[in-house]
Order: sequence, then C-alpha cells, then structure tokens
Amino acid sequence: MSEGKTSGQQQIYGQHHNSRRGLYDPLNEHDACGVGFIAQIKNRASHDIVQQGLQILVNLDHRGAVGADPLSGDGAGILIQVPDALLREECAAGGMTLPPPGRYAVAMVFLPRNGETARRCVEALEATTAREGQNGLGWRTVPRDDSWLDEAVKPLAPDIRQFFIGRGDDTPDRLAFERKLFVIRKRAHHAVWDHDHEDKDDFYIASLSSRTLVYKGMMLAPNLPKFYADLRDERTESALALVHQRFSTNTFPSWKLAQPFRYLCHNGEINTVRGNINWMAARRHNMSSSVLGEDLAKLWPLIGDGASDSATLDNAFELLVAGGYPLSHAMMMLIPEAWMGNPLMDEDRRAFYQFHASLMEPWDGPAAIAFTNGRLIGATLDRNGLRPARYVVTDDDIVVMASEVGVLPIPEEKIVTKWRLQPGKMFLIDLEEGRIISDAEIKRRLSAAKPYQQWLDDTLIMLENLPSEVGAMAPDAGTLLHRQQAFGYTQEDIRHFLVPMALTGQDPVGSMGRDTPVAALSDRPKLLYDYFSQCFAQVTNPPIDPIREELVMSLASQIGPRPNLLDPDDICTKKRLEIRQPILSNTDLERIRQIENHVDRAFRTRTIYITYPVAEGASGMDRALRSVFRQAEEAVKGSYNILILSDRPVDADFVAIPALLATAAVHHHLIRRGLRTEAGLVIETGEARRVHDFCLLAGFGAEAINPYLAFDSLEHERPGLKEPISEQELRQRYIKAVDKGILKVMSKMGISTYQSYCGAQIFDAVGLSNAFLERHFTGTRCAVGGIGLHDIAAETVRRHQAAYGGGLPKTSLDPGGDVAFRLRGEKHSWTPDTVSLLQHAVRSNDERTYREFSRRLDDQSRQLRTLRGLFELRFDDSPLPLEEVEPAEEIVKRFSTGAMSFGSISWEAHTTLAIAMNRIGARSNTGEGGEEAKRFRPLPNGDSMRSAIKQVASGRFGVTAEYLVNATDIQIKMAQGAKPGEGGQLPGHKVNEWIARVRHSTPGVGLISPPPHHDIYSIEDLAQLIHDLKNVNPAARISVKLVSELGVGTIAAGVSKAHAEHITISGFDGGTGASPLTSILNAGSPWEIGLAETHQTLVMNRLRGRIAVQVDGGIRTGRDIVVGALLGADEVGVGTGALIALGCIMMRKCHLNTCPVGVATQDPELRELFPGQPEHLVNYFMFLAREVRELMARLGFRSFNEMIGQRDRLGMRQAIDQWKAQCLDLSAILYPVVAEPGVATHQCEPQDHRLERALDHELIAAARPAIENREPVEISIPVANTNRTVGAMLSGEIARRYGHAGLPDDTIRINLEGSAGQSFGAFLSHGVTLRLDGDANDYLGKGMSGGRIIVRPPRGSRFRPEENIIVGNTALYGAIDGECFIRGVAGERFGVRNSGVTAVVEGLGDHGCEYMTGGIVVVLGQTGRNFAAGMSGGVAYVLDLSDDFNLRCNMAMVELEPIADEDRRLEESEHQGGDLECHGKVDLVHDMTRYDSQRLRGLIERHRDCTGSDRAAEILGDWEAWLPKFVKVMPVEYRRVLEEMQAATQAAERNDANMAVGE
Amino acid sequence: MGKPTGFKDIERRDRAYAPVSERTRHWKEFWLPLSENELREQGARCMDCGIPFCHQGCPVNNIVPDWNDLVYRGDWRSALEVLHSTNNFPEFTGRVCPAPCEAACTLQLSDRPVTIKTIECAIVERGWEEGWIGPQIPQHRTGRRVAVVGSGPAGLACAQQLARAGHTVTVFEKQARIGGLLRYGIPDFKLEKHLIDRRMAQMRAEGIRFRPNTHIGVAVPVGELVEEYDAIVLAGGSEQPRDMPVPGRELDGVHFAMPYLAGQNRRNAGEDLSGTRRILAKGKRVVVIGGGDTGSDCVGTAIRQGASSVTQLEIMPKPPEHEDKALVWPDWPLKLRTSTSHEEGCERDWSVNTKAFVGSKGNVEALQLVRVRWEPGEDGRMALKEVPGSEFELEADLVLLAMGFEHPVHNGMLTSLGVELDTRGNVRANADNYRSSVENVFSAGDMRRGQSLVVWAILEGRQCAHAVDTFLTGASDLPL
Repeated sequence: MSEGKTSGQQQIYGQHHNSRRGLYDPLNEHDACGVGFIAQIKNRASHDIVQQGLQILVNLDHRGAVGADPLSGDGAGILIQVPDALLREECAAGGMTLPPPGRYAVAMVFLPRNGETARRCVEALEATTAREGQNGLGWRTVPRDDSWLDEAVKPLAPDIRQFFIGRGDDTPDRLAFERKLFVIRKRAHHAVWDHDHEDKDDFYIASLSSRTLVYKGMMLAPNLPKFYADLRDERTESALALVHQRFSTNTFPSWKLAQPFRYLCHNGEINTVRGNINWMAARRHNMSSSVLGEDLAKLWPLIGDGASDSATLDNAFELLVAGGYPLSHAMMMLIPEAWMGNPLMDEDRRAFYQFHASLMEPWDGPAAIAFTNGRLIGATLDRNGLRPARYVVTDDDIVVMASEVGVLPIPEEKIVTKWRLQPGKMFLIDLEEGRIISDAEIKRRLSAAKPYQQWLDDTLIMLENLPSEVGAMAPDAGTLLHRQQAFGYTQEDIRHFLVPMALTGQDPVGSMGRDTPVAALSDRPKLLYDYFSQCFAQVTNPPIDPIREELVMSLASQIGPRPNLLDPDDICTKKRLEIRQPILSNTDLERIRQIENHVDRAFRTRTIYITYPVAEGASGMDRALRSVFRQAEEAVKGSYNILILSDRPVDADFVAIPALLATAAVHHHLIRRGLRTEAGLVIETGEARRVHDFCLLAGFGAEAINPYLAFDSLEHERPGLKEPISEQELRQRYIKAVDKGILKVMSKMGISTYQSYCGAQIFDAVGLSNAFLERHFTGTRCAVGGIGLHDIAAETVRRHQAAYGGGLPKTSLDPGGDVAFRLRGEKHSWTPDTVSLLQHAVRSNDERTYREFSRRLDDQSRQLRTLRGLFELRFDDSPLPLEEVEPAEEIVKRFSTGAMSFGSISWEAHTTLAIAMNRIGARSNTGEGGEEAKRFRPLPNGDSMRSAIKQVASGRFGVTAEYLVNATDIQIKMAQGAKPGEGGQLPGHKVNEWIARVRHSTPGVGLISPPPHHDIYSIEDLAQLIHDLKNVNPAARISVKLVSELGVGTIAAGVSKAHAEHITISGFDGGTGASPLTSILNAGSPWEIGLAETHQTLVMNRLRGRIAVQVDGGIRTGRDIVVGALLGADEVGVGTGALIALGCIMMRKCHLNTCPVGVATQDPELRELFPGQPEHLVNYFMFLAREVRELMARLGFRSFNEMIGQRDRLGMRQAIDQWKAQCLDLSAILYPVVAEPGVATHQCEPQDHRLERALDHELIAAARPAIENREPVEISIPVANTNRTVGAMLSGEIARRYGHAGLPDDTIRINLEGSAGQSFGAFLSHGVTLRLDGDANDYLGKGMSGGRIIVRPPRGSRFRPEENIIVGNTALYGAIDGECFIRGVAGERFGVRNSGVTAVVEGLGDHGCEYMTGGIVVVLGQTGRNFAAGMSGGVAYVLDLSDDFNLRCNMAMVELEPIADEDRRLEESEHQGGDLECHGKVDLVHDMTRYDSQRLRGLIERHRDCTGSDRAAEILGDWEAWLPKFVKVMPVEYRRVLEEMQAATQAAERNDANMAVGE
Repeated sequence: MGKPTGFKDIERRDRAYAPVSERTRHWKEFWLPLSENELREQGARCMDCGIPFCHQGCPVNNIVPDWNDLVYRGDWRSALEVLHSTNNFPEFTGRVCPAPCEAACTLQLSDRPVTIKTIECAIVERGWEEGWIGPQIPQHRTGRRVAVVGSGPAGLACAQQLARAGHTVTVFEKQARIGGLLRYGIPDFKLEKHLIDRRMAQMRAEGIRFRPNTHIGVAVPVGELVEEYDAIVLAGGSEQPRDMPVPGRELDGVHFAMPYLAGQNRRNAGEDLSGTRRILAKGKRVVVIGGGDTGSDCVGTAIRQGASSVTQLEIMPKPPEHEDKALVWPDWPLKLRTSTSHEEGCERDWSVNTKAFVGSKGNVEALQLVRVRWEPGEDGRMALKEVPGSEFELEADLVLLAMGFEHPVHNGMLTSLGVELDTRGNVRANADNYRSSVENVFSAGDMRRGQSLVVWAILEGRQCAHAVDTFLTGASDLPL
C-alpha cells in the first residue's frame, strides 16, 4: 500500500466516525450484541475467572458481526477487577511503587496517535489529577500485539497506556476517591475535547477506577486476549469478568464504542435516547448534590463521550451512582419495571416506582444490562423482556450469566440453579457479602427504605381530584369557521378524522398508499406538522403491540417542575401533578389554570399567548417568538411552574405562531437556559387535531395538550351525527381515539411510556432548514434542507389572511384532498388521467398511450409531486445506439411486484401477478399469508402461479418448510411503507375457508400480525433468522425489506453484515390493504432519501458488493427506475402500478372488502369483475423496460450494472418556480461517494453464511436412508450453543422431496446431548424427532412444520425441572404443526403465533401463547403475566397452583373455564383400551370444545412417557385431585366458530341420515 | 361515504318520463321526479372513490361524492352548498347535461352508474323550494366595470362570479331575452324558461345589469364598450352553422335547425314573431340531417308540431350499442344513444350522405342520398367513400340542417374589435387567462372554445371570471 493511499484511508476513516457525510450520520449507528459475565460469589479472585470470561466471549462470537474484512469485528471487551498482583509487579519493574490495593486507581487510556495531541492528553490527565488533589503515580504502556487487528483498523488503533493515581490525603474514603476519579476523567476529557486538536476525539479513558479495569478494542472476540497480553497473564486475577461482543450496523472502527463501559454493558437499544439526553441537559440548573458538592458543576456536559445510546446510558448511570444512589437503585430509576396496572406487584414497590417516575423519565427500549462496580455485579432486563439473559449458579459459588445458555461447559451435576432474567427483573451478587440477592429482596429493601407511599400521598395530586371548573363553550358557526380556516382545517379533517374518531374512538383506517407530495413540495399552505415524519423501529429494536401488550404501556404524564434528581430531601416534599393521559378537556385546562389557590399553593400557572398582530406580517413572527421566550423565562424565574402556551386569542387581527413551533422553541429555549425542569409545559391550541399533531407536540416537550378547536368543531358537527350523543361522550371518545393513536405511534418506535416519549423527538424533518431546526428543534435530523422561519411564518400568515382577509367570504373549508383525490385539493400522482391512460395502454398494448402516461407523471414542471421531480437526468451528448444496450428482456428481470398477500387481494389478482411475472422472468411476491402448494407446480400451458418471492412477516402465516423451499427469494418483511412499525389484522369475516387453509388457521376467526417479529428484537436476532432461513433453503436469496427513514442506511449496513443477500428500501408511499391514516400519511420518508443513504453507507462500509439493493414504493415510470438505479438500486419493485395495470382504480376501499373491480376483495360476486390479464402486466413491465433502455442509451450506459450508483448523472433541475421547492437542499441525496479502488458499487459478491459449519450436514448424511428410501434411522450426537438452527437444513431436504406431509412419524430419530444453540428444531418437518438431553436457547421449534421436539434435563442434573429454565424465549414462534414436550420451564413468549403445535411445558414466562391461532398448550407449572394476549384460536390448559391465573391472563379475547368432567364416563370407557396414544393425534384435536379432561390426561401421559417427568407422574398419580386445579383457556371467537361448524356438520349428517331413511 | 355496500345492495333507479302519447301533446318538461327516499337510496350507491373519476369527468368538477353522501344522509342544504361551490347553475346541467360524470362513474364499469345528474337536479330544486337560494350580494364594490357580451351559460356564469367579487357587471344580449342558447336553442320540453328567469332575479339582486336587444358591433359600436368598461368578456355563441352546399340547397323548406328551434321557443314564450319566418312541421314529412343533440331537439319539436313523419340522417356509421369499457372508460364513450325525442317516433339512418335536394316550384320535395363507407385513406385518416350503386331518394317537405356550428359569427363585433382568431375561427385565448389579443378583452364559452356543452360554458365563464378578477385587482379569491 502506498503512503498516499494509507493517509487517504486514514482521512476517510477519520471523517467517518465523527462527522456526517452525505446522508450518513454516525448518530444513526445502532448496536446490539452478546453480553455475559462470570463471578465468584465469595469474591475469590483467580485467573480462571478471567479465562472463563474470555471463553464466554468466544462462545458468543456468532452474536457479533464481521465487517468487510474477516479480522475486523465491531468490538469486544472485558471488565475485571483491578488485578493488583499483575499491576504491582509490572509497575515495580518500571520503577513505580503502587500504594496498597484500594488506595490507588488505574486509568485505561486510549491516546491519539498524533504525538502532539497525545502529549496534551497526558498533560491534561496529569494536571487534572493534581488539581483534584490526587497523586499521579505514573504511566505504563500496555503490551499488545497488533497482528490480530484488521488492516483497516491498524492505522487507527490508539496508543494504549495505563495511568496510575494514588488516593489523595484529603480524600476520606474509597467512595469519595471513586467520585474524584469520575471528576478527573470528565475534566480531562473536556480539557482535550473542547479544544481543536487533531484526532482529539480519539482520546478516551476506557475506565478509571480503584476497583475495575476495562480491556477492549476493535477486534474479534477470540483475538482479545491475543491482542492484550495482560489478559493471558496468570497474575491477572479477578473474581468477576463482564464481557461484551458488539454487533454494530457499521464497520467504522470506533475503539471507544466497544463495550464494556465503565459500569455496564448493554445488549439492546435505548429508543428514547434523544429525549433522555435533552432531559439530562435540562436538569443542569435544577440539580445540586450534597455528595458531589461543587464537583457537580465540573461534570457538565454529562453526556457525550460516545455516540452510542449505551455509552449515554452508562454516563447517566455513573452520575446517579456518583450522586449517592446505590447501584441497584440507580438501575431501577433508569429502567423501571412496568409498574402501572400490575395487579401482582406489591404496594411498596409500586409506590417506589411511582415516586421515582417524576425524578427520571424511563430510558426505554430493549435492554439486557449487566453492570458492576467491582464489588457488586448484577443484571437487569427491560420492562418488556425483549433481550435474553440466562444464568446458572453452581455448587462451587460460580455464577455465569449470558445472552445464551451453554456459553461455558459446566458439569451438569454442579449446577444448582438455571434461571433467566425476567422482564423488569434484576439480579445482583454482592461479592463482599458473598451472596446472591434476588430481585424480590433488592426491591423489597429499596422500597421499604423510605416511606414512598406516604410521600406520594403527601405530594401527588391527580388532576381529576382538583375542584371542578368551567371551560369555555364552542363559538358560533361563523367564528368557528374562521378559526378552522386560520388553523388550516380541511373538509377531510372533519369528515375523515374528527368525526370518525369521535364516533368510533379509533384512529381512522384507510388503504392504498400516499401519492401526494411531501409538504416541502406542496404548493398548498401546509401545517408545520406536515414537515415531520414519525420514526419507527426496524431491525435494531422492536416495535411494541400497544393493544396486546398494554401492560407495559402508560400515557400518564406529569405536569410541572421536576424534583432535584440528586437531592432526596427535596424530592419528598415537592408536589407533583399527574394526569392519566395528556389530552385535556377545556374543564381540565381550567383546573390547571386555576390551580394556584389549591394544593398548598405549590403550583402557579402562567398563560403565555403565542399570537401576535397580523399587521406585522411574516417578519413579525421571529420577534413574537422572542417575546414568548422572554415571557417564559421571566415566568419561570418568577416562580411560575406551569406554563400554558395558548393560541386562543386568534382573531382577525391576531395570527398564531404555529403551536408546534412555539412548543419546541420554548422547550429548547428553557433547556438551553437550564430551566426546563423547573416548569411544566401545557399547550392550548386550535391547531392540533390529528393524532400526528399530538404526537409531535408531545415529542417536542408538551406535557399536556388542550385541542379546544377540535372539541369546538365536534360540537358543531354533533347535531348532524347519525347517533344522538352527548357533548361529553363525543369529546371522551375523541380523546380516547387520540390516546390510542399516540400509543400506537409511541409503540412503533418501541417506546412504552408517554413520559419518556415526551421530548424524545422521534421525528425526522423534510424540507426545513438546518439553521431553523438547530435553533428551535435542536437535534432533529433532516435529510433535505429547506425553508426556515420566515417561510413558515409566511405560510401561516397566508392561511390567516385567507380566513380573515377581505375578498370573498369562504363559506366552506378547503377540500384537503390528502385522503381522496380532489381537483382543488392536494396533488396526486394517481389521477383519473394517469390511471386510465395506463389501463388503456396495457390493455391494447399501445406504447404511445403508455408514453403519454409516463410523460404526465415525469413532467413535473407545472406541478411538483416527488423529490425525483426536482432531478434532471444528465444525458450524454452522443447517445449510444439502442442496439448496444442490454435488451429489455434482461432489464425486466430486475423488476418485481410489491408484496401483496392472498387475503388482502383476491385469488384472481394474486395468481395473475404471479403468472405475468413468471412469463417474463421477473418476480412476484406472496406477501404475508402463505401460498397453496398446488401453485408450486407449473400449469399445463407452461405458466406458473408460483410466487418467486416468499415473504416471511411477523405473523408467519403459512410459513412452513415446504413454503420456504419453494422460494427463489425469501423476504423478511421488517416494515411496510404504509405502516412501518405496525402489525396488521385480518378481520374474521375476511378469513374464508380458503384463506384459512393457506394460513393454517380457522375460518371466521380474525388473525393478528404482531408489530414486531418476535424473533427479531435486534440486529443479531435478524442475523439468526437469516441463518435459519438460509439453512432451510440454502439456494434461496434472503432479502430484508426496510422502509426509508433517516438512518436506514446504517441499518442496511447491519443487514448486509447479518448476511442478507438482498435488501428492499421501501418509500413511505407504499400501499396497504388497511392502515391507520396517521401512518399512511405521516410515517417514513421518500425512497430517494433512504435509497441514497443506503447506497452511500454501504459503499463507505465496503459492504455494497455483498448485497443487492431493491427500491420500491411509488415506482411508476421508466424514469423513476433510472433515477432509482442512479441513486444505487440494483432492482426495483412496482406495487400499486402493477395493480392498476390489472384493473385497480384506487378506490382506497380495500379495508372494506368492497373493491368494485375484484382486486382487493374476497367477495365472490365482486371477484368476478376482475378485469386483469397476465398480458396487461407483461405489457406494462415491458413498456417500463423499454423506456429504461432508451434512457440508458441516452445516458450512455450499456448495462444496468454500469448505471447503478452513478449519481453524477443526476442534476438539480433549474428554474423551479415553486417557492418552497426553490429552498430545498438535495445535496445530501446527491452526495457523491467515491468508492475506494476495488470496492464494489453494485451487487456482485456472495455472502458467506458459514453454512458448512451446520450440524445438519452430519444429520443429513446419517439420515440418507430415511430421506431417500423412507427407512427409519436413529442418530446420536452432542450439541453446543454454537450449533444453531439444528434440524432446519434436514427439514428443508425432506420438504423439498415430500412436501408438507414429510416422512412418517419418527422416521428420523435424533438424540442430542448438551446446550443447543438458538432456533433448535426450526421448521422441523414431519417424521423427525429431536430428543435433547440438556437445554436449549431461544427460538426452539420456530416455524415447526411437523415432527417432534423433546427436551429434558440431562442425566445427573440435580435441580427440580419445574423450577428451572430449560428452554429460552420465544419457543414455537409461528409453529404450524407437530408436538413438543419440555420437561422444565420455558422463557417469555412461549407459543407466540402457534397455529397448530401441541406442546406440554412445565412452566413459562410472560406473554405465553400470544397471538396463538391453533394448537394446544399444556402448562404444568408457574405461568407468567399477559398469557393469551391476542389469542384467537387453539386452547391452553394451565395448572393454576397459586390460584391467581386470572390475574396473569389477558382476558380480552379468551375465557377461562374449569376442565369439564362431563364426559368422564365416556373417557373411562375409552381408557379401557389403555394409553390414549393408540388413538392417535387426530382424536386429540378433534373437537376442541369438548373431551377436555380426556385430552389433557392423554397429553400429560405422553409428556411423562417422552420426558420422564416427575411432575406429570405426580399429577397422573392423583388425577382426581389435580384436575380441578387446571384451567382451560378458550378464545371466545374460536369457540363460536367451532360451534357453528359443528352445528353445520351435524345438520349435514342429519340430512344425510334422513335421506338414507327416505331411501 | 354513503353506504359501503350500497352499490351492491341497491339497484340503479333514474327519473322516469311521462308516456309518449301524453308528453308530445305539450311543451312542458315531462320527467317524473324520484321521491326523497329514492334519491337518498341512490345517493347511498356512491362509493366515495379514492379517485372519484366523476369529479374529473365532470367539466365543472362537481364534487360528486360529497354531495351524494350528504343526500344519503339527508343533509340537503349542505349538499346544495357543495354543489353550488363548483356550479352556478345546476338546474340547467341537471336537465340538459349529457352527464359525462355518469360515464366516468366507477359503477359505469358495470353499466349501473350512480344517478348523479338526477341527484344534482334534485338538490338544486330542493334548494329553490326551501328558499335556500338567495342572492350573494358583495359587501364591498370594487368600482370596476365589466361588460359581458352574450347571455348564454358562459356569459351568465362569468357575470355572476364577477358580480360576487364586487365588480359592476353589465350583460349585453342581442336577442330580446336573456339566456342565449338556453333560452332559444333548447326546447322548452327539455328546459322550461322560467328556470332562467329565476336565476336572473338572483343575479339582478347581486347587482348585474342586463341589456337585451343590444347587438354589440351591429347596433352598438364596439368602441363604446371599450371606452366605458375596464374589461370586456366576449361570451357569445358559436353561431355560424355548418351548411350543406349541394344542389337544391336554395329550395324552400331547407332550413338551419337553430331558427326552427328558436321560433318554437319564441312562440311558446309569446314573443312577438312578426318579421320572422315561420317554419312549422305540422303535417309535413320532416328530415333532420345531423345525428347530434340539436338534431334530436328538432325531432322532438317536429313531433310536437304534428309532423306526419320524422327521419333523422347521420353521415357517420351507426355506433355500437355497447362500448369496450376496458379501452374507453372513464372517457366519454361513442355508442348508440337514444334520446327521449327519438323514442317519440322517428326513423334513424346512418352512413348516409346527401347528394342533392330536389323539388318543384321552389319547394323541396325529396333528398337524393347515397350510402357511404368510412375507410382509411392514403394519409391513414378515415375518409368518406360512396358505396357504388347505393343511391336512393327520400321524400321530404321540411329539411332541417343540424350539422353543427363552425365558429362564431365574425362580422360585426369580432371584426371591429380586431381580436385574433384561432385556426378554427374561434377567438384566440388560452384557458389559463382567457385573454384575447386585444387588451382588456377576454373570451369564454363557445365563442372561444367552439360549440360545446352547457357545462363547459359554465366552467369557462367561471374561470374567465377568475382571470378577469385577477386582471382587475391583481389577485382573485374566486374559486376555479
């Protein structure tokens, strides 16, 4: 490598990890990982513990990621106790004498390689040490071996040294010493970071403590001890080792983002981190600490020595600990359990949480956190239990905790406990006390430490308990109309939003996608809300189901000042005002306004008007805003502690500052002044009306909102409503709808409490200037810069003038036109013209008409509709002759149709899509909902109805091994353009027999797709699912579908590293069968942004070659495709366009089943009207391909590959006369990433799935006779946690030959011993029996398609199986068929979306049988909370030993009943034949409404026989006594449908009988 | 939306007509209105399409789904408001519009479109009945003066919009009464004339001055207008009829359709007919040449006048009974249409061309006809070919020429003003700003666009008003 190149590379990397380039922003990086620790409970330090810690790391290797180079991991590290023996001798050798243990600390320092900067760092550290009264002892260079570093990392590797500090004489004790060390570290960092030194950001102190020491770096886990010689040194001894293996979405090496941090390591993601950072900053002036004293001021800024959420969490944790909170207390504040509405939680603990809720907003998100201070070590899990954490305790006082079980080989007979961390629970080991402290004990102690309930009783004021007040009534019709017009109300607001919300209490639903311009392109005056889009979770964290998992959600909000975080005396006296949800009626608002004279005058409210004289025009808004700032600041300083920002005085003379602007601006102004936590912020506005509006106000700091004009408008509509309804009822329902909508928007980002959503700023902006955002919406991301305050003011004034100005009186509201096309409303891409032109063109194969169609869409000179409309193709001066360009028949192979399920669209439409695509070598997509096996065989005429792309979505409907082996591509749908972060629901009336068959469900019973994939809560989980699918069908390409939002590029990089071969970037304009309008209109971003970011990030990361990038969402013409290719797409998907070619006319009534052209309906009468023919779609796609080809010729590209990512061929269109669009800054989208030489810019390299390591190769070899000749075989083999997805490849082989039917029962018997890796028995086919002696990790029996899994403790184990965990989380997810017997306890989410497996288990965690649609689950032990949430089918029998199952079961869709003994006699007679097994499974599942005791007993007998279960034997031994303790869980709908079916069958039988008699 | 499954559950029902024997005995309208319940049911059939094709199919862009829903819900007053927001004169279109909206209705795909036109008519009639329709008198006057020449639907719509914007508007009409083609071209049995008077009353209250019997460019020099008014809108008709210059054209009994139709309307209205020529069909064998709406009106009028027979001839081939919806919908389909007048007793023949009129004593007695075929010519266009040996004769006492209009009459006003004409002989002005080549002079309706539908004329009048208002005040709040 030449010198110049090296420096070049260095420069690139230097930029990478601390600056934005193009659309890439390091703030978007995500990580998730493997985490673990080992500890000797009695604090006996040894080198063994260090060795074993490192061994854990190696065995978690598969949870990390490999970057572009096989040597470069994303980071690994270990935290140990200070190894005194090693350091003392090493220092002595260097001439340094260390004080006694505990009297000195060691800093692990990463120094920049720039000599000058390094010198300054050393100076800074030494000087700060002295200044803080401690003794700098000297430096030690840490021995290392760079040959274990990746070439790309080497030039960046820091100089690693240790600095020793002796405790100063004035420092009284070790705690004080630790606090001083914290101050020293902070000050030293800031001394360097705050100045402009080269590479200053590389200065980083990994740890500085008298107790702990961190070794970490950018390397693969196994290489950590090879790099750091210290770790191999026998003198390195510790009683604990905390380890972490990172999987980042990026490969930009960052040594400081490797974990552990100083106190903790984290597996997961903090979704609310932006808000948490803001709130921490907001406390600056409100915080003081008797413990830290003046040192507190030296610590600011508190947050910020790392770009990651985990590093930030570590900072906050550190502060709380330094401020005097015990470790466990601090952790309970940051990551509280779901305490609200938990009937099982004791009062003291609830009081503890409720009390602390006003001190600290939850750091919300999936999290398994291990933490230590060297003396205590522990772990905790987020409230929803979204990360795995398993532990074992041995009889020689060793505790091993890790993301997986089996990470260390421990003889079974030494194990005394195997358990897991449960949602919200903590686990702590006190090494000095030498014992494990349970969750119950920790929390009992902390909860009882202070009279929290008493404090609450004294201080907590519920708004509803304040004296009643009188709110304003609605104005007269004329005034109302003017106000509505001034606030931009449209007819659609009334008709499609307000009225339906108030009538149904739901956020309204629509269908098909958005085809209107983003606000920045619209020439209509848009509200500020329209410039923001909601962010949502995909891949790196899961969205939540706010309905089925309601128990973790909370809308409670606290209004008013927040207590001093670090002063316990302050907090117990400060009054706090709480509301149950954030939308205030007029009366409630008055209660707040008049609060001063109540509750001991603890609150004073000041109303600040955010209106100003319209005569001052647009330019007056800035001044008005500054005046609002001044008033707010003065009010807070004048001890007003609730501010109401109000736009009520709006009239002909006064215009309102947009409420969102006022809210965010005041919020940030107060944060900057450090005053925000001194006062609450309440918004009284006529502007907010749709769910999206409220979410934005909340996201930018509103603690409560009074939408008075929405209430007034409803009151005005009330007389005309179909049902008589009181004003109050109308308002309540509307509030309920808003609440539900907010919950949904919060949960799509994985946030569960309003308190942490408030101020969390989970939005991206499009078309607002960076200066504007930075000032008033600080920290909000924006890919496309645009207008600023003046233009927004101008839009507002324009709207005001239209309402109140002279001219013609407007008697009605603006039509709107967002939801349905209106000529005087918003512009759409799909219009009567474009739809009919396309249909006429494809039906008559008339290319000229098609060209007219594409001309209308492409020509946006008069009317902007899309971002790409602003681009200009830079054609070549001398175009290529057309014949030199790749033929259209080849180009068309890069096209596919969008994912549409059979169920959302008709059989006719679905199969026509498939046939057409297969004819031209393109691909159709099954969508979520399975596919009938008969479609896998070609038709007699050569056509094929097989969909090339098989989708795997969160509901896993019909995802069997057979389905998967019949795929060309397997697409994991992470998100859908029209409703990213949301699940779906197919109502029962749409599930006809046919659809039920394909989806393996019951006709007439509704089906729910959960918002998250329950086997993907993080990037490493996605890697696991990709691995699973690749195992079943190694020939298929694995694809991941994402939706465009800022940061999607970094996620795409992670997806590429997770070994996906294909990625789809969907625009926000993608279609849907049914979604909340809020989501259709307000979530996600245009694909131009996401695609550009994806391509840029992948190329910068040298990952682009491994993965094909597809773009879809609103692709309609050849030009769209060319723009897509130039921005970096290898392939394109066309969804809505394809449907329109087949006859869709954008009715947008898919969700009503009334599609009049038979496309999106299951109504047989309407399906007959389907006009589509395969030829129509073939014609459309060939038109597209030919158009692309012509454009390629003009651009001078011979092949499509040449065109990919050539963004220099895109320019900005000149002479755009639309005022807003002129301000748009698209430079980030058009940022040219120059690939380094040899780095691919289109897909051209294979992914390495490491399938050769699969245990299944051995299984398949041994099972040959069975696979080929159906001869029974038996195989015995050991298994370890590194053997993942055992059985899937074998099952794929069987399904390919024998379909879903598979082999006869027990043909292949496999006996395994050990700890099985994740996804044990995934997609298992009929005929395979897996018998595991040992235990298993997460995802056991995922997608099981038959077969049998038996898990039991190994011989020699000593613990009681029904009290120890044996199977991880999310077992039997999406399982279709088969049997499963587990002797022991399973983790959370057992049997989620089970549609047919019969399982027996001896205990399970929270959310058992969630979304289950079929099958039988028997639980013979303790059951967690929220059992049967969303369960629509199948039955469960649960042993209710503690008689509180009704509190643990989610009763929304099921009923509990005793096991009927009605048919005992029958049973007894049947039992004469002996074991029920001889009757076969068919009998067991025959009639789920009856024969329960017979069925249950049979299953328990089988369980006993398969596993040798003592519990089963015990129960069977005294059946009469045990039977009454069982509860049957029966879904209500399911029972109704089964009974109807039975009645029908019986009627038919009677008929037959009658006829027979008649004959 | 109305009722989600309304289109499936409810059959299409439309206005019925009085029996032929009864209706041909008078000159009144003869449709039988639907009951309120029936109308609301029909409104429920509307599906509130995501793309309402009717909305664009309608030239004035009526927001059809909104008022269908309101009618379904019984909120007639709001429905009227929505209807009036796009259309000044729904009572005219609700009667005489061919309803391209219904052709574009999604349910037209299965030949059962929503009865949009009937509902439209019912809404506005309900409005009149209830007294909901009154003048919208502007609160401020601009002091600007606008002359509108021509009082057909374009001129009236334009005048009404401009008056509501506060301008002082005078409407000039060369005929004795206001209404243009509405008044004189459309037979009373399709549009009774008191409907126009009703609107005139409203417009008078809104401040519009009407100047009938004022033929600009003939009786009144154009220059007077130019001097007196800030803007002039030319909203005359396309009145130059297409002639048939064949031997015998000069024979008595061969007439253009328009004087024939106008004569009958005048007679019904009791206008003074002295000095005009009486053309009556009573007892005559009538032949109407031209298969369009005017021809159809001639048929109905002749039947009512007591013609002994009526035959209508068309040079184009007979259109198919059903269009190919896959290739035509939502556009206006070419298909065989049978009007109420046709039902009243008339022969129709297609692919027939007239070679000559023959007669004696100066009176026409027969037409010499020949069958024709349309075949692609050398330039690819369809061209007319006579079928050899297919000549035949048809006896006739009265021949009415209803073959359309070429362009506005040029002599007089247009020539004096010196406005530029387009290639088809219409006043040159685009549909963005409606400005002619002469400063301050605008044009809308048939005079600009060529012969067309009433609904197009209303649209042009409204848009032209917006353009004039913008021209006069710099901006306009008038809806487009």
